[in-house]
Amino acid sequence: MIPEPSRGDPAHSSATLVEVRRLTKRFPGTLALSQVDLRVSPGEVIAVIGENGAGKSTLMKIVAGVLAADDGEVLVDGQAAELTSVRQAAASGIVLIHQELNLLANLSVAANLFLGREPHSWGWIDARKMYAESAQVLKKVGLDIDPGRLVSTLPIGQRQLVEVARALVADARLLIMDEPTSSLSKQEVETLFGVIRELKAKGVAILYVSHKLNEVEAIADRVMVLRDGEVTGRLTRSEILRDTMVRCMVGRDIARGHEHSARDLGATALKVDQLKFGSASGHAASFSIKAGEIVGLAGLVGSGRSTLLRALFGIESRYRGTIAVDGRMVIPGSPRSAIAAGMGLVPEDRAMQGLILAMETEPNISLGALHRHPKWGGFLDRPWERSVSQTTVERLGIRGVHEGKASRLLSGGNQQKVVLGKWLLLAPKVLLLDEPTRGIDLAAKREIYRLIEELAAAGMAILFASSEMEEVLSLADRVMVMHQWRIAGELGPSELSEESIMHLATGHTAQA
Amino acid sequence: MRKILGIVGLLIAVFVLTAVLEPNFLTAYNLQNTLRWTGLFGIISIGAAFVIITGGIDLSTGSVIALVGVLTPMMLVDAGWPLGLVLLVLLVLFLILGVLHGALVTKLNLQPFVVTLCGLLFYRGLARWISGDQTQGFGAAFEGLRQLAIGRIAITDSFGLPIPFVLMVVLALIAGGVLNHTIWGRYMLALGHSEEAARFSGINTDRMIIVAYIIAVMTAGFGGLLFALDVNSVQPAVHGNFYELYAIAAAVLGGCSLRGGEGSILGVVIGAAVLRLLYNAINILGISTQLEFAIIGAVILIGVIADEFVRRLSSARLVRAGRH
Repeated sequence: MIPEPSRGDPAHSSATLVEVRRLTKRFPGTLALSQVDLRVSPGEVIAVIGENGAGKSTLMKIVAGVLAADDGEVLVDGQAAELTSVRQAAASGIVLIHQELNLLANLSVAANLFLGREPHSWGWIDARKMYAESAQVLKKVGLDIDPGRLVSTLPIGQRQLVEVARALVADARLLIMDEPTSSLSKQEVETLFGVIRELKAKGVAILYVSHKLNEVEAIADRVMVLRDGEVTGRLTRSEILRDTMVRCMVGRDIARGHEHSARDLGATALKVDQLKFGSASGHAASFSIKAGEIVGLAGLVGSGRSTLLRALFGIESRYRGTIAVDGRMVIPGSPRSAIAAGMGLVPEDRAMQGLILAMETEPNISLGALHRHPKWGGFLDRPWERSVSQTTVERLGIRGVHEGKASRLLSGGNQQKVVLGKWLLLAPKVLLLDEPTRGIDLAAKREIYRLIEELAAAGMAILFASSEMEEVLSLADRVMVMHQWRIAGELGPSELSEESIMHLATGHTAQA
Repeated sequence: MRKILGIVGLLIAVFVLTAVLEPNFLTAYNLQNTLRWTGLFGIISIGAAFVIITGGIDLSTGSVIALVGVLTPMMLVDAGWPLGLVLLVLLVLFLILGVLHGALVTKLNLQPFVVTLCGLLFYRGLARWISGDQTQGFGAAFEGLRQLAIGRIAITDSFGLPIPFVLMVVLALIAGGVLNHTIWGRYMLALGHSEEAARFSGINTDRMIIVAYIIAVMTAGFGGLLFALDVNSVQPAVHGNFYELYAIAAAVLGGCSLRGGEGSILGVVIGAAVLRLLYNAINILGISTQLEFAIIGAVILIGVIADEFVRRLSSARLVRAGRH
């Protein structure tokens, strides 16, 4: 029997270092945090977990002074604190270590440690003192390196420890770590945990944000679970069990959005064999997708979804393994050859990768297909361009298009439709979509879902990556879940649930 | 189109002002001279514009002009090679240099500024070394060939269109056609705005960038040939000095953005005309020629500042219009 998690914050006898009361934060369209309470005592390691978009990062940023809350308060040592800047938070002893490290790679370790608080006299940096103190601090975090070394020469795991050391130089009393182990090896994680335990013994409190539940089990004294901006569970040491955590993270039942019209699946359209991609070696992905099938690629942030799509599309040039579209091998290495083989990619970053923002809708739609419709060997076929553009605008219901208007000025949903329209002109056999509805309003989302289903019904194979659980559950016929750069498992229609996805996404291989 | 209106306005303003202040400005001789120089600088500016439109820069123009300026007389006069062979050698040379610049930028991912700065230094040094720093020229020979640079097509008894100007117009028409009406031109504009988005759309961006650098060296080389025929006395150490900056200035005045993606050939040509007109006005109005660079610099700066204000105004209007 799994113990029922309590929802109230257990009272603590020890002094409270930082207290957060009824913190609320709204972003356009979403309530990122709703009435969140949290108490942190010295020497505590509190893990904050939750799905993508649960509000973890928002909470951490508010506590660290990066973001301002709309409502609620933060108390430090029992006093209401105005944490309106990182500098103020640091003065109160609160330091955030970002997921993407904030070190200056072209400076020495010592210079990074003392950045902004260099020991000085008469305007000159006292380098000797800085190096001596750096050596001491580095020893505390278990780093045996020369403080004069450039950060760029350090492996990523050591840079993480330099960040911790920097927090110590700042006299941090509360250290906030956002996904600290996302790029660390097992060995480096052990070292980091050793440092955390030592800091803890010295009374430093740690807020630990992580997707990796096994790490949370290993290091946390307490766990706070967030979902859609609300606290859905507070677990004490004895309650920190994987199943309990997953249950709190998932909670709500998402009814599958709509009835899947039974589509006839055709022959295998995309076959991927032993694909090794990105920096992770050792694991190879093999899967296939049939014509007319919609496959979702789920996983937590940093699990390698985007990189897999980019590898398929030839953007990540270094990969091994084979990719075949309709039984024909794709020559690796460039989007051009992927397109020639019958693939298309609606990229994650619409503004930088999907569209030429400064250009109008028409040239954006025709851009990929121009080379298939040359006039006189290389001239633009304007009448063709105009007519396909008009057809696409009408078919996809793209609104707000008029002559002379840059696509920059279209709404996000209409921009995304322009990107989709560009690919429709090329009639790919396999369409890859990376976060197809990110930052798009609900009505436009529904239209894009309908469109994707139409394409599948017409025989296109669809592979989409998404951080939104509802999107994955409602759109996909089948879901592949990624965890740490490999496909952790595959879920068919009957096994598909938020819980089953979360289990795989957090590294649980056996089915619950 | 709006950008071109601004530069045309500037052209007319300088023209009228100079004509009013100094009636000698309107003599056939002076106008022919200005048109000839506009043609010569316009040709090299067109090539510079292609590179700028793809988001790059070519600083090697002036040194390529010097290299061509010493090589051509040496091959034609000193070595006595037939004209056809000399032209073929030059063409192959331009192709190699263009591919070299483009490949260093795309395949090795070097910065265009650095690559072509090295070109600027290297070709200048090469030109001086090959010629032994001796002034090169065609002497009294090749009168016919020199007509390409100094000849005129008579319109009236006293006025004729200088041939370099006519050549520039033809080249501008071709270049404008390539940029606005061919698939490659569209690709260059697209990748100038966003190389990543262009690549993700299946465009061979590396190839298009290399093509732009080839065009730049080709026009610099062709312009260099005309400059050499025009002066007939090429001093290797100074011939073509700063010409790359004139070309870049003309492109910027004509509406090219150094961020890439924007520009029109007509604008660039008019930009070159404005620069030559300013130069001519400074001379003919008796303003100290020592002020030449200062005045040209000030005019360009005022031009781009005015352009930036107009751009902000019109984009604010566009956003408002888009809301309705």
